[in-house]
Amino acid sequence: MTLLSVTNLGVHTDAGTPLVHNLSFDLAAGERLGLIGESGSGKSVTSLAVTGLLGAGLVATGSVLLDGVQVVGAAERRLVPLRGRVASVVFQEPLTALDPLMRIGRQVAEPIARHRGLRGSALRAAVAEALAEVSLDEARISRAFPHEISGGQRQRAAIAIALGSRPRLLIADEPTTALDVTVQAQILRLLDELVDARGMALLFISHDLAVVSAMTRDVIVMSSGVAVERGTIDRVLSAPEHPYTAQLVQSARGLDDMLGTR
Amino acid sequence: MILELRNVSYRYRKGALALDDVSIGVGEGQSVGLVGESGSGKSTIVRLMLALARPTTGTVLFDGEPIVPARLGRFRASVQTVFQDPYSSLDPRQNIESIVAEPLRSLGLARGAEARALVTASLAAVGLPADALRRFPHEFSGGQRQRIAIARATVCHPRLLLADEPVSALDVTTRIQVIDLLAELRASTGLAILMVSHDLSAIAALCDETVVLHNGRVVEAGPTASILTAPREDYTRALVAAVPRLPLA
Repeated sequence: MTLLSVTNLGVHTDAGTPLVHNLSFDLAAGERLGLIGESGSGKSVTSLAVTGLLGAGLVATGSVLLDGVQVVGAAERRLVPLRGRVASVVFQEPLTALDPLMRIGRQVAEPIARHRGLRGSALRAAVAEALAEVSLDEARISRAFPHEISGGQRQRAAIAIALGSRPRLLIADEPTTALDVTVQAQILRLLDELVDARGMALLFISHDLAVVSAMTRDVIVMSSGVAVERGTIDRVLSAPEHPYTAQLVQSARGLDDMLGTR
Repeated sequence: MILELRNVSYRYRKGALALDDVSIGVGEGQSVGLVGESGSGKSTIVRLMLALARPTTGTVLFDGEPIVPARLGRFRASVQTVFQDPYSSLDPRQNIESIVAEPLRSLGLARGAEARALVTASLAAVGLPADALRRFPHEFSGGQRQRIAIARATVCHPRLLLADEPVSALDVTTRIQVIDLLAELRASTGLAILMVSHDLSAIAALCDETVVLHNGRVVEAGPTASILTAPREDYTRALVAAVPRLPLA
């Protein structure tokens, strides 16, 4: 059974405005897929639809099978067992993803306690291990509130939280867009290593072709809610077939060329 | 030099040093890029250069002299600015004509038909149709809004444009169009530009000179091409190396 199977997914608003149209893709255990798109392309709405997290006023149609469970139209109690255990999400902005009133240690402990049933000293050890895995100093970070640490540290904490439940699929939605470029490089390396080490599947969502090319081989390019092109990142970059992709690649190449030759 | 920071330090009231002995300047027709990560002091420099804050030590010079209140009008007419977020920098309740005419109004430079002619010309120069005049910000996309902000900043024909992350909030396809627009304005009017950005490719596209800022200090400054290809300082090297690149074609 495919880990994630999306068939003819559509998302529209209550008023009928389409946001995603007829999107299909499969992601098997351990595979990676990049979703590329600019603002309004529907890439983030797709990630929310996959995990059944669409907000009020948004309606999904079609089929999303996550570990064999139909997510579209599913009741909340059917979705809760999937979140964390099957799929976890790392969002763009760690400052809003984290609870500002809770110390980092407790936020990291929560999914570990819930999904792995650990308590007391075993839980503390697991939290220390989870923080060490994302290269955070347990003694200092555990007791800190989100506003007391840097943006990069916050995103590391958010990754530790997402991985605490040992998901088989990690959805990373623009995970480095809010970060400085040197920090971005570190976080990408960290994600790459962790996904590899755990054999997780990765759905990596970004507007940045260069960032996606560092993370996944297969990509889907979205524009105005439609998958306009799919293939390997190398092929998409070297021989884009859709006019939108061609324009996107040309713009990205133009900016890349500004940086000079390597 | 049109605008210059000379040995400027800036300390917050609580004691943290945001800028430490920074000297940078922009001359007539020059284009200077200021690159740095969060906390490097970029925004503080912008506030000092716009005379929105005063340095703790050192001086800010406009045409070689301090910006005293009597010179503020001339300073504002010569140095205009474009901000990062085109969604918060345009008043949603004003129409485009009123927004773009703002500098003419507040500096007392033009009124009535004369102002309208300048506004129309400024909108045309950024590639927006004349029928934009009567419309409101929410009717425009992010890239178009940034064009409106550029029209507002250039309507009084300033000598220096201070652009604070002008393309960071834009999609890549739009980003390149706005960079091209700024380059065109530079070429056609001789406008000097100081662009602050964390995005090296935007700076490379537009600026002849680059200043690298880190922890409130200038770590390296020079021609953009040599900063990119032959950085001298470790920090600059790390910064350039961290920029994600496309696979080679």
